[in-house]
Amino acid sequence: MAEEKRLMKGNDAIGEAAIRAGCTAYFGYPITPQNELTAYMAKNMIDNKRTFIQAESEVAAINMVYGAAATGARAMTSSSSPGISLKQEGISYACGADLPLVVVNVMRSGPGLGGIVPSQADYFQSTRGGGHGDYYHFVLAPKSVQEAADLTYEAFDLADEWRMPAMVLADGLIGQMMEGVVLPEKRDLSKLPKKPWAVGHQGELKRPINHVTSINLVPQELEATVKARFERYAKIKASLQRFEELNIDKSDLVLVAYGTASRIALGALELAKADGINVGLLRPITLWPYPEKRVSELAQQGKRFLVVEMSMGQMVEDVRLAVNGRAQIDFYGRTGGMIPTEDEVYAEIRRILKK
Amino acid sequence: MELLYGHPKSLKPIQTKYCPGCGHGVIHRLIAEVIDELGIQGKAIITNPVGCSIWADLYFDFDSVQPPHGRTPAASTGIKRMLPDHLVVCYQGDGDLAAIGTAEIIHAANRGEKFTTIFVNNAIYGMTGGQMAPTTLIGQKATTAPYGRDPIDAGMGYPIQVCELLATLGGTKYLARGAVNNAVNVKKTKQYIKKAFEAQLRGEGFTMVEILSQCPTNWGMQPKESVEWLEQNMIPFYKLGEIKNTLDGEAQK
Amino acid sequence: MTEKTFMAGFGGQGIISLGQLWVYCGMKEGLNVTFFPYYGAEKRGGIARANVIVSDKEIASPLVTKPDSAIVMNMDSLPICEEIVKPNGTLLINSSLVKVDPNRKDVKVVKVPCNELAEEIGDVKIANMVMMGALSKVTGAVKLAKLEEVLKSFFPENKHKYIPMNIKAIEAGMNAVK
Repeated sequence: MAEEKRLMKGNDAIGEAAIRAGCTAYFGYPITPQNELTAYMAKNMIDNKRTFIQAESEVAAINMVYGAAATGARAMTSSSSPGISLKQEGISYACGADLPLVVVNVMRSGPGLGGIVPSQADYFQSTRGGGHGDYYHFVLAPKSVQEAADLTYEAFDLADEWRMPAMVLADGLIGQMMEGVVLPEKRDLSKLPKKPWAVGHQGELKRPINHVTSINLVPQELEATVKARFERYAKIKASLQRFEELNIDKSDLVLVAYGTASRIALGALELAKADGINVGLLRPITLWPYPEKRVSELAQQGKRFLVVEMSMGQMVEDVRLAVNGRAQIDFYGRTGGMIPTEDEVYAEIRRILKK
Repeated sequence: MELLYGHPKSLKPIQTKYCPGCGHGVIHRLIAEVIDELGIQGKAIITNPVGCSIWADLYFDFDSVQPPHGRTPAASTGIKRMLPDHLVVCYQGDGDLAAIGTAEIIHAANRGEKFTTIFVNNAIYGMTGGQMAPTTLIGQKATTAPYGRDPIDAGMGYPIQVCELLATLGGTKYLARGAVNNAVNVKKTKQYIKKAFEAQLRGEGFTMVEILSQCPTNWGMQPKESVEWLEQNMIPFYKLGEIKNTLDGEAQK
Repeated sequence: MTEKTFMAGFGGQGIISLGQLWVYCGMKEGLNVTFFPYYGAEKRGGIARANVIVSDKEIASPLVTKPDSAIVMNMDSLPICEEIVKPNGTLLINSSLVKVDPNRKDVKVVKVPCNELAEEIGDVKIANMVMMGALSKVTGAVKLAKLEEVLKSFFPENKHKYIPMNIKAIEAGMNAVK
């Protein structure tokens, strides 16, 4: 039976969901606007007799996660944009070593130190493999506190199943706001997936020794390894593109937005509806793999698109790739921590539809 | 017939890629011998660093984890916290530990992380081809210090005495410095390693053995010359012995 | 029904707990709710602001840019609230601290002497609860039914002794609005 709905801050809900998913090791470093998450873990990981370390840096934190994940533990770190930049080295190594782990980014504005208020300007960094090398990893974009909890919980399963990092890409608004949330059940740690590739207990398991590593100085071998990884990526792209849509059938214009921006797009859609104007909404839930099939289908059906982001236009490039010249694409975004309003987006809708 | 001396079980019976005269091979063997003596091969994990000893996982016959350059103590922290009853060996070179990974080693040591760092100090960058290391001696030449390390006019800083630096930290329990330039020092170094591993298995706190090691290739010397150079130049500056020993009771001796 | 409320006051007036308790009660009455505080780099001082929405539908943007109702707990908050409250919306003003009238003539103004009423009950700190009672009565968005039970689950055990006082304050706020 589902638990009672609780009122929780996004950051706290992410922390609780991670614990329930079986996260036994959390390593973090303070940065606004995700501090409540680190504090939540500090208290609750210890109360649950699990591992919490406030690391000396984001660099150290991700590498502690790397070490813990190498032993097969469900491990995670969280940070906000500048800190995530620092973690990219470790994420690249984890992708190269096929390590499952979870990274939460509660985005703030940049570049550089930027500001501390909500933003979506880390889309490129998150979905293109933000470090060096040929790789991708899961990127999940919650729109609410409920979904922040659900996607964090699921991120651990996806990471384990596909042996790669999974990132939950939230923003300062999702992290700081409170909403009602029904939390998922607490996982029995003894029933989590077995990881025969992990280090530790080699003697008692009587298995061959394991190496968790990303190095390979033989180009032919490394190419084969990367290609095998890309076959896995292809399978993920074929089966796990996820999105939510609304009012598509009746509309010529489809708004495309994720996370917080999708909430604003929904508000603009409702304003339009009240004036008798139909627009649709496509909300990607997985940013990698991107729901390109659905965008492509809609382009084929003759839809046009308005992409709304809290950035100067990053996801819009994935829409362009999927549309491939077959439809008109407009963009509306605010940056620097400015959040578009429902009215602004609605005005853009009217401008495009000349209504 | 009783076998008195053989190849350690924890070390694979293959030839290493290390250069002639390099100290890594001897150090690997010492680690393997101690692990065999403690009977803990099936519960040992090494983190091999970026540097020449990135090859360590080819030679040790137990599990390994290869982290980014300098992050070895952070990864070892994650491993040891998850597997507290395992022997975790954090193998680091001077570039890994005392340059790019300075923050990681200081904080791992200060938290009293219960793994053992084997710090191989050969006063030079090996794998990348002889650049100046944080432990390069004053006046010592390197490709990035072609006129010798000059701390003042060229602003190259001073060689870092890592054991002494870490000794001030509350989390450190055992810090010793050995060398592998001759049989006597090799034997002493093995005792330090054993003491450190035993302390780790008792869960005492941070332990480290710094090992002065020769790099004939990048020092531009013959192996024999290099062991003499180590004796004459490194040991006077990097004093051998137990720099800090606050192990519990009997274990001190 | 969707009620979007903007709440503002100086730090220490309990804007954050007012917003949180409002949405908590709303959630317990089966509504969808969002509460989003402005967060800044500084930890003390300045104007505390909260965006609060309760609705029987899915809530779109959690930002309140055109509030149906705005709570003005101190003088400095008046211009901010007056600027954004929507036409025919409601300004709920803490008349204990705000002694001037708003310039807007297209909004409903409700004055509640929150500080005086709170002091009469026993503590000026519960002025925010007085305002919550008024907000409930004026908007009807959250009924604040079964208040004691809800407050018991909202406050930690060691704060339960203050619940009767809080209930009195909320009732006083309700009664202050005709």
